Amino acid sequence: MSNLDSFRLETRDWLESNCPESMRKPMKTADDGCWGGRNFKFKSDDQKLWMDRMGEKGWTAPEWPTEYGGGGLSKAQHKILKEEMARIKARSPLESFGIWMIGPALLKFGSEALKQQHLPPIVRGEIRWCQGYSEPNAGSDLAGLQSKGTDMGDHLLANGQKVWTSYGDKADWMFCLLRTDPDAKKQMGISLVLFDMKTPGVKPKPIKLISGSSPFCETFLDDVRVEKDQIVGEINQGWTIAKYLLTHEREMIGGMGLTGAGSKTLGSQAIDSLGTTSGRLNDLFLRTEVAKWEIDAAAFACTAERANDEAKAGQGVGATSAMLKYYGTELNKRRFETLLKVGGSDELIWDGDLSKNDGWMAKTWLRTKGNSIEGGTSEIQLNIIAKNILGLG
Amino acid sequence: MALVVNEEQQMLKESARGFLAEYAPISEVRAQRDSGSEVGYSPALWAKMADMGWAAILIPEKFGGLAFGHVGMGQIIEETGRTLTASPLLSTAILGVTLINLAGSESQKAELLGKIANGDLTLALAIDEGTHHSPANSKMSAIKQDGEYVLNGTKRYVVDGSSADNLIVVTRTSGKPGDLKGISLFNVNSDTNGINIERTNMVDGHNSSIITFTDVHVDENSLLGEFDRGFRPLSTALDVANVHLACELLGIAQESFDITLKYMKERKQFGTLIGSFQALQHRAASWWSEIELCKSIVLKALQSLDEGDAKSPALASIAKAKLCEIVELSTNEAIQLHGGIGMTDEYDIGFFIKRARPAQMLYGGYSYHADRYALISGY
Repeated sequence: MSNLDSFRLETRDWLESNCPESMRKPMKTADDGCWGGRNFKFKSDDQKLWMDRMGEKGWTAPEWPTEYGGGGLSKAQHKILKEEMARIKARSPLESFGIWMIGPALLKFGSEALKQQHLPPIVRGEIRWCQGYSEPNAGSDLAGLQSKGTDMGDHLLANGQKVWTSYGDKADWMFCLLRTDPDAKKQMGISLVLFDMKTPGVKPKPIKLISGSSPFCETFLDDVRVEKDQIVGEINQGWTIAKYLLTHEREMIGGMGLTGAGSKTLGSQAIDSLGTTSGRLNDLFLRTEVAKWEIDAAAFACTAERANDEAKAGQGVGATSAMLKYYGTELNKRRFETLLKVGGSDELIWDGDLSKNDGWMAKTWLRTKGNSIEGGTSEIQLNIIAKNILGLG
Repeated sequence: MALVVNEEQQMLKESARGFLAEYAPISEVRAQRDSGSEVGYSPALWAKMADMGWAAILIPEKFGGLAFGHVGMGQIIEETGRTLTASPLLSTAILGVTLINLAGSESQKAELLGKIANGDLTLALAIDEGTHHSPANSKMSAIKQDGEYVLNGTKRYVVDGSSADNLIVVTRTSGKPGDLKGISLFNVNSDTNGINIERTNMVDGHNSSIITFTDVHVDENSLLGEFDRGFRPLSTALDVANVHLACELLGIAQESFDITLKYMKERKQFGTLIGSFQALQHRAASWWSEIELCKSIVLKALQSLDEGDAKSPALASIAKAKLCEIVELSTNEAIQLHGGIGMTDEYDIGFFIKRARPAQMLYGGYSYHADRYALISGY
């Protein structure tokens, strides 16, 4: 038996005996996700148990080195782990900006001390992170950010306002961009710093969206003390790391155009909702829209697959994340517009007894409008493609 | 299978690119058109292509072929799209070979495939009868009579119809137009009595013909495949042809884009390069993204043909539909972004739109394939 085969068997055994039954059922809503952290209210004991067991094994961050609490798995082993989890329909044990974003940045750019301090609690789901990037006057023009980090000798003093802080009111720590040299050219005077959200002067305030939910905050920074050993990389060199993180974020969001395996296709939802006559959908204009979407979605799914395979084979342009982000989010918006038409007026009931799933469709549809804004607008992605890939100055 | 072109296939693509740059640059398209050629392609070039082994790529080894597969052939076709090169590759080396391979008897295969591999035999598929592709609606008749068949009817838009040695004719031998059963295929020599071939001058200058069959007598050995059951192999062969047409369209879309991008970096107005204007940058970036999607779906469809998997018909229709949409975008944007010079005959960009539209319509355009995909998907 090859090493990978025996790894598969061990993994299967371990998952069978450690994944609680209730964690093998699909999540009912996005609220069923486990985010961990000091303030998290677990939905059940099983949810906590599952996170703790996976965290202890390092399998919440399967490819991170074991010395920082990670699973130390190879890519091939990680793939097996995902397959074995999918086999028993195991839920993701932990959703985490720590794992998706700041963790990879720390592994690449952080000092040994920062890695030792921050990575293990991320893996175990003990500390939940949020991102302090955008500001009221620095959205698409992120490098124009003005929140200051004033050098006070042994520490920095942070002042300013951040906005679109995902789950800022629920997070324990923030990774944050500050202007630490006001005289340098705009990209050159920025630093990436880390601080505890309990530090005096940090005030997150939720923003209610058109979808009715409040996943984002504006976060006020008022004389917040940031220790100098919490600067990631060199002072004033934060822009490089910020860009690296933005690429990560784009890749994450770009997956949106892909409908998850097992979820119903747009075509089959249309059949269920509208019915067919002689094999054709009972609304011929809408049929065209559905087919066009499915054709584009199939080509997009192949593009994500090809980008992945080319990266593995060392081919490809390597800057496709902007394209995947642009196309994937636009596709997801189109999908929900078509789903509304497929479902009809029922889908527009906001709440109450007549609503399906508490107005899930109407709320989710509205939420998708942000997909092509957050993580860099579609227009910014097109700028990146034009400049970095097409060489148009 | 990883969705990438492997090293061998990449080498074939590069060798095709080198060959076409040397023997079939775009100036040859102009020369071919201006010469008023009856054939619609260069027979000398076709002989060289056969020497390169291109006619034999899809032919099994035991019949003298290379059996290099659809992904390999697709790389060549994509390159011929870039140079807009007319040749019998589609009619003979792709459609003809696939039909003979799927439907032919062992003796038909032995007789015909070897000749094709050597470049000694060209074929044309006589299928469409109206202005829109609709294979099941074939009306042309073939009636069995005294141990032979008598063919009557008219075929239109027959690619390479006036140059091919043999015609593969789609006929209705039972049932009514629209029925999938009752379609039979015949392999007929073009010189047979009663066949009248008239060249149609299309916008791309390729070879296309109207062929009239008046009491054409052919013997029993001309039947290709099972009587009344020709639709199945025909349908598979059309999937194959459509995927390769998508490859050609991909080449056209990419070359139109590359030429236009280069122009955006040279052309100055208002004292600056037009490529520095954001309105144009965004158009180029979105266009480029669409072409990336096209590359992926075409490769997926080619791999699916090689694996012979059940998703091939759906993927063929997705690929052809997507490429129809994007080559239309590409050729229109190419002319608009060139401005006035794009409208001149002297400039090459106009050749791309002229080849794209007939290639889009051939064997079904966007609406045909989107409809077919939806039907396959149950709606």
